[in-house]
Amino acid sequence: MRTSSGNAIGVNSGFDFLAALKEAGMAAGVALALSFTIIGMRTTGQQGGLGVEFRWNAVAIAVVLVFIGRFLLVLWRQRAKPLASADRDRMMDRVGAMVQHWSKYLGAALFAGAVAIPLIWSDNRYVVDVSTLVLTYIMLGWGLNIVVGLAGLLDLGYVAFYAVGAYSYALIALHFGWSFWICLPLAGILAASFGVLLGFPVLRLRGDYLAIVTLGFGEIIRIILLNWYSFTKGPDGLSGIPRPSFFGLEFTRSPDDGVTAFHEFFNIEYSSVHRVIFLYYIILALALLTNFFTLRIRKLPVGRAWEALREDEIACRSLGINPTNTKLTAFAIGAMFAGFAGSFFATRQGFISPESFNFGESAVILAIVVLGGMGSQVGVVLAAVVLIGGTELFRELALYRMLAFGILMVAIMVWRPRGLLAHREPTLLLGSATERTGGDR
Amino acid sequence: MNRPLLTVEHLTMRFGGLTAIDDVSFTARDREITAIIGPNGAGKTTVFNCMTGFYKPTVGRLTLDRGDRKFLLERLDDYQVAQRAHVGRTFQNIRLFPGMSVLENLIVAQHNRLMHASGFTVLGLFGFGGYVAAERAAIDKARYWLDRVNLTERADVNAGALPYGAQRRLEIARAMCTDPVLLCLDEPAAGLNPRESHELNELLRFVRDEHKIGLLLIEHDMSVVMGISDHIIVLDYGRKISDGSPAEVRSDPAVIRAYLGEDEDEAKSAGDRA
Amino acid sequence: MEYFVQQLINGLALGSIYGLIAIGYTMVYGIIGMINFAHGDVFMIGAFVALITFLVLGMIGITWLPFALLLVLVVAMVVASVYGWAIERLAYRPLRGSFRLAPLISAIGMSILLQNYVQITQGARVKPLPPLIQGGFVIMENDGFTVSLSYMQIIIVALTVILMIAFSALISRTALGRAQRACEQDRTMAALLGINVDRTISLTFVMGAALAAVAGLMFLVYYGVIDFFIGFLAGVKAFTAAVLGGIGSLPGAMLGGLLIGLIETFWSAYFTIEYKDVAAFSILIMVLIFRPTGLLGRPEVEKV
Repeated sequence: MRTSSGNAIGVNSGFDFLAALKEAGMAAGVALALSFTIIGMRTTGQQGGLGVEFRWNAVAIAVVLVFIGRFLLVLWRQRAKPLASADRDRMMDRVGAMVQHWSKYLGAALFAGAVAIPLIWSDNRYVVDVSTLVLTYIMLGWGLNIVVGLAGLLDLGYVAFYAVGAYSYALIALHFGWSFWICLPLAGILAASFGVLLGFPVLRLRGDYLAIVTLGFGEIIRIILLNWYSFTKGPDGLSGIPRPSFFGLEFTRSPDDGVTAFHEFFNIEYSSVHRVIFLYYIILALALLTNFFTLRIRKLPVGRAWEALREDEIACRSLGINPTNTKLTAFAIGAMFAGFAGSFFATRQGFISPESFNFGESAVILAIVVLGGMGSQVGVVLAAVVLIGGTELFRELALYRMLAFGILMVAIMVWRPRGLLAHREPTLLLGSATERTGGDR
Repeated sequence: MNRPLLTVEHLTMRFGGLTAIDDVSFTARDREITAIIGPNGAGKTTVFNCMTGFYKPTVGRLTLDRGDRKFLLERLDDYQVAQRAHVGRTFQNIRLFPGMSVLENLIVAQHNRLMHASGFTVLGLFGFGGYVAAERAAIDKARYWLDRVNLTERADVNAGALPYGAQRRLEIARAMCTDPVLLCLDEPAAGLNPRESHELNELLRFVRDEHKIGLLLIEHDMSVVMGISDHIIVLDYGRKISDGSPAEVRSDPAVIRAYLGEDEDEAKSAGDRA
Repeated sequence: MEYFVQQLINGLALGSIYGLIAIGYTMVYGIIGMINFAHGDVFMIGAFVALITFLVLGMIGITWLPFALLLVLVVAMVVASVYGWAIERLAYRPLRGSFRLAPLISAIGMSILLQNYVQITQGARVKPLPPLIQGGFVIMENDGFTVSLSYMQIIIVALTVILMIAFSALISRTALGRAQRACEQDRTMAALLGINVDRTISLTFVMGAALAAVAGLMFLVYYGVIDFFIGFLAGVKAFTAAVLGGIGSLPGAMLGGLLIGLIETFWSAYFTIEYKDVAAFSILIMVLIFRPTGLLGRPEVEKV
């Protein structure tokens, strides 16, 4: 250790090394207490019971890392004190504003890119598959953004509505043989009805109660799906879910009699990629629908009321806005989009089981919304690309994926609670845009 | 004399064992400024919260007579008081929508009318209906009130970024955008400098005379109130101790006693339950 | 009848565990008004620390059970306390006064973090512990059906009662308890009167975590298997217990815990075991709709 020399430098450069060392030492002590058992001793299965495997090197690494991290952080804070949280907030808001400003072009570029992906990689099924997955999460993120970002309602059971959509489509299609395009709106309506059913009694509750009730609801749905075997096939799941058709054209090599296949109609060679690409464009369209809907409704009275409720519910009530109904619409609309996404998921996978709809999924979607910036449409896209696309790329690190999500959620709340790219533009301006000068800087 | 707009009869509010308001009755008249004054913890804000549906009174009847229709306010939910009975209010600790622009604050206040115009969102989504015209009318109304409270230039700024005095004015403008027949202001002059305070008096007179509605205001400070009120009610420890014109109230020995605090030593720790 | 009595005993033991966790929720909610979603995971960590300590004690040859149990109890409580403290310090304290959803989201993040942290460090598989305390009394016997009260159940209930008494005394008699109640009423005012609010809040988390660790130890010994996911369900149920009893009320948390334990046990015994978790969640929703202040809670007056 270079405590003494550090002190000498500290006097000159304005760093208080001793204080930093003390803080870092304390942090390291806490880290030791935290890691000593859980990290240092791993329970391992042995014959005739459990054994313990000691891993002191891991503890040492953790403690040293914490020590160094804390030490540097304290030093950085000493130097960077003037950049208080308000300044940092303003700085990040400017970044957010810039992204928002460029989002017209960024959005167009992203859209063009999204359209082009299956054309460029038409022979690479993996890329299209991953892109489809990312788009599904973008759509879910945008849907949840209505509930969390606009209306400020923390919904921890969003995946339940996703599940309702998926099972609605699968069951209707399997039992009645209705086509995807009829079932899609039905699934959305069913999911929205579930949203109303759950929301009506609980939306008058305080916000944090809502969070835990939705969490519970998500679990109830999953448990029912798991145990109502005669209806849902329980843990075995539903398989053989019909695929969507392209205006009545099937994506099969040899269709049944009387049905035309896609490749026959267009007189091209059959390829299994056609359907993959078709599905990709379906989810792209659905996601864009969600986006345009959100952008549009923000400028309608109900959208403004959602945001006002997020800002101050009591003030809303004093203005004659019915809080329960207003929240209910947000909740139901969010659920509807989850229902759409769910039926897409069912038709794409061809197989669904309760496994796909656990709390972890809700957490991932929430992480996307939170990371991207609540209320920011572009933010959700970037977050979904990074979180879902990124974890697809680093599959061997899958174990650490949820750990990273957890850390990210905490870190972002501490660092910038409204999300990284959170920046809000007014939904309408008084008179011409030139009048908008100064003020908010 | 103007007709009674709000009649409060035997209003009593208890929180557990604590009686915040004890059998208070008074009337506020149309096109008049009625002030409720009293020392800290006298129960002024609680009266407001009972009137506007945020608290359910333990006992009492609150009748709002709009001329064409009567409303029993104690039976309405808080949002219905504003939506149906058209009673607008402001808050002691300003409650704006800080993250939304000044203009948006005023548009949200016209929510119910705009909801109708947008066909409860369904038509508005597709741009049908009279929504565009209704929104333009809403903006015009907002602009009118922005002009009144000198905030037109800051219309597109976030409400939370406004200085304190401007936030108070915006809150009044926002309440006026709901087309109230009775406007309730909770300490509108608190924290204002003398010039702003003077402007506020002008604004309140304007609202009374030009928009022909009743105003009910809570003030802590007697001197502010004396200038503009037509009628003053004095509360102390949850009871009404005086009721009359400014001159009458000023000379009422009970009021003087309450304000000078003759028996301060036995002042129970009523605390401001606002 | 015998079956009923047996279920009653089982339900009380389970309810004690829920009640101990519920106290952590109710105290934190009382003092800073937030749901500490990560509390269930502190319980889980307590159970893991207890398991590890048992194994290590076994390896170094301390096998006299009462002494081992006491040691495990102390270690689990201390380590869980440090976790409780660190969670508050890292994830919640910087967010005081931040916007409404921030602490909740941070808490969810913390919960996910802890679960995966334990999954990575300890593995995803369930961890069985051979039964340590066996035997018990037979209190009824009829037609071949025996009602037994195991030593384990006696220990659980007795330990819970002792802890509850000690804890009530702590809250009602000591300066810390007074500071805590003052912070619940009005944090700003408490600070002005010289109460160290930060320290009081930290200690609240520490106490909640210590009790959760006791519950974790009980769970481990009573059921004999744990995994990294036990905190999720136990947490939601304990929170339900806290709401049922009236959030903010300590006796309420205990009462709610016992009720949830009994309801769950009877539900599994007389209806279907598959839906026992649905029962707990449905109760939560019902209570919130029909009696949001819970059984022993005070009505909340909204600040306008």
